[in-house]
Amino acid sequence: MNRRKLSQYVGINLLRLCLLITIAFLFLFLYIIISKGIGVISWSFLTQPPLKGMTEGGIYPALVGSFWLTLLAITIATPLGISTAIFLRCYGKPKWLMQIVRISINTLAGIPSIVYGLFGLAVFVNLLKFNVSLISGALTLAILALPLIINSGEEALRSVPGEFYDASLALGATVSQTIMRVLIPTALPNILTGIIISIGRVAGETAPIMFTAATFYTLKLPHSLSDEIMALPYHIYALITEGTHAESQVPIAYGTAVVLLFLVLGISALAIIIRYRIRKKRKW
Amino acid sequence: MVDNQLQTTNLNLWFGNNHVLHDVNLGIKGKKITAIIGPSGCGKSTLLRTFNRMNDLIPEAKITGEVLLDGENVYNPKVDVTSIRTRIGMVFQKPNPFPKSIYNNVAYGLVIQKKYRKSEIQARVEESLKAAWIWEEVKDRLHESAMSLSGGQQQRLCIARALANNPEVLLLDEPTSALDPQSTAKIEELCLDLKNRVTILIVTHNIAQAGRISDYTAYMYLGELVEFGETNKVFTVPQDKRTEAYLTGVYG
Repeated sequence: MNRRKLSQYVGINLLRLCLLITIAFLFLFLYIIISKGIGVISWSFLTQPPLKGMTEGGIYPALVGSFWLTLLAITIATPLGISTAIFLRCYGKPKWLMQIVRISINTLAGIPSIVYGLFGLAVFVNLLKFNVSLISGALTLAILALPLIINSGEEALRSVPGEFYDASLALGATVSQTIMRVLIPTALPNILTGIIISIGRVAGETAPIMFTAATFYTLKLPHSLSDEIMALPYHIYALITEGTHAESQVPIAYGTAVVLLFLVLGISALAIIIRYRIRKKRKW
Repeated sequence: MVDNQLQTTNLNLWFGNNHVLHDVNLGIKGKKITAIIGPSGCGKSTLLRTFNRMNDLIPEAKITGEVLLDGENVYNPKVDVTSIRTRIGMVFQKPNPFPKSIYNNVAYGLVIQKKYRKSEIQARVEESLKAAWIWEEVKDRLHESAMSLSGGQQQRLCIARALANNPEVLLLDEPTSALDPQSTAKIEELCLDLKNRVTILIVTHNIAQAGRISDYTAYMYLGELVEFGETNKVFTVPQDKRTEAYLTGVYG
């Protein structure tokens, strides 16, 4: 083997090795979480509240709490985010304003999530007196989801060929008609994908809800926006850090992690399926 | 001058500091086919897009002079640009049907005006598809996606879509340059058929095409209108050396 072939051989196999290490981590991760948590998973784990000082029972209130938290956060963030994306794509004037908006969005996207939590505590909990509640947490998570939804929404709108835009205007449509009748319907699948991915992200966040919405333990399900709630990621945190009966609480924490993991994976899978089906249909 | 359906007077256009059109004075006769030819970058597509104000979409575009449609300046601030674009239809270089059904593509221009009843729209869709010689091919699948059509069919669908608004003028921006020879021939024949109902302005890279279908030919070079006249005269006895050089293939 000459030197060029040898270096080619070594190079490719190094890449292979890196790939294997990456995959190994993923599988190790899944194996550890699932093997430690699967034991407690059962139907009653999903449908019962925690019992006997969180040493037994299930995670039902946390599931319900996470559901409402995510639903509210996405419901708040989606119209804001998509509107911003439409503005950026279609009315992007003047240039300096665009620059400011873009810098703001990217800054928002880069902020550590615990800082969002502190912001939520300062503004929603204390300043606006929403207290530690479902609505404070949802608003905090909505701000976290905004840059994701804006960026994916703008990307989706940009993926619509400019020819459609021109064709619509050339037929006598106004810009807003073009947006509503051509741009959004064409971009909708990709917009949805972006929203679904944000759902996965929001559902798994812990830090933003620590000080704004979540409580260690409550038997009651949320009845109003001002209720404190339990949430899956925070439940894990609570069990591991504050539990006094590690032998029974740690498995519950892992069980909760398994549920959260599969929820988020399921949501991502949904996004992938939607995208795949659209790509197959798309012909431009 | 009055008998010209479209007239530009001292039309100048800049993109930023780039002076693209220089003092263009061009009169287009109604119900005729006028071809605009010239080498790439000479401003012929830009000129075409001034008629239906598509250059408005480019932020740094600046225009002086007038563009008259039936004697009315389309750049008059009081003029509604959407009504201009309804009266002056446009077909683009690349077939660009919407990712909607064939029917909804053709109905689009009428639906957005919100003044037609459903039965009227249906009638106009059928009439437009017939006028664009595509009715026979699509009449059984009006509700299938327009994306399922071939390139040539898509381009005729785009012509039908533009015709649905009953425009006075149809602007064709190199409509056949993305098509095969057969589809091209069909669209050329279609143009000859359509000139009974609509004034056609066609930008083309294909000199032979201009010779085959146009009544008048405008030759543009570096943003100037170098020569304009009846096609057979421009092609046989061009007045300007630059026109002659282009037509004989010295450059272009």
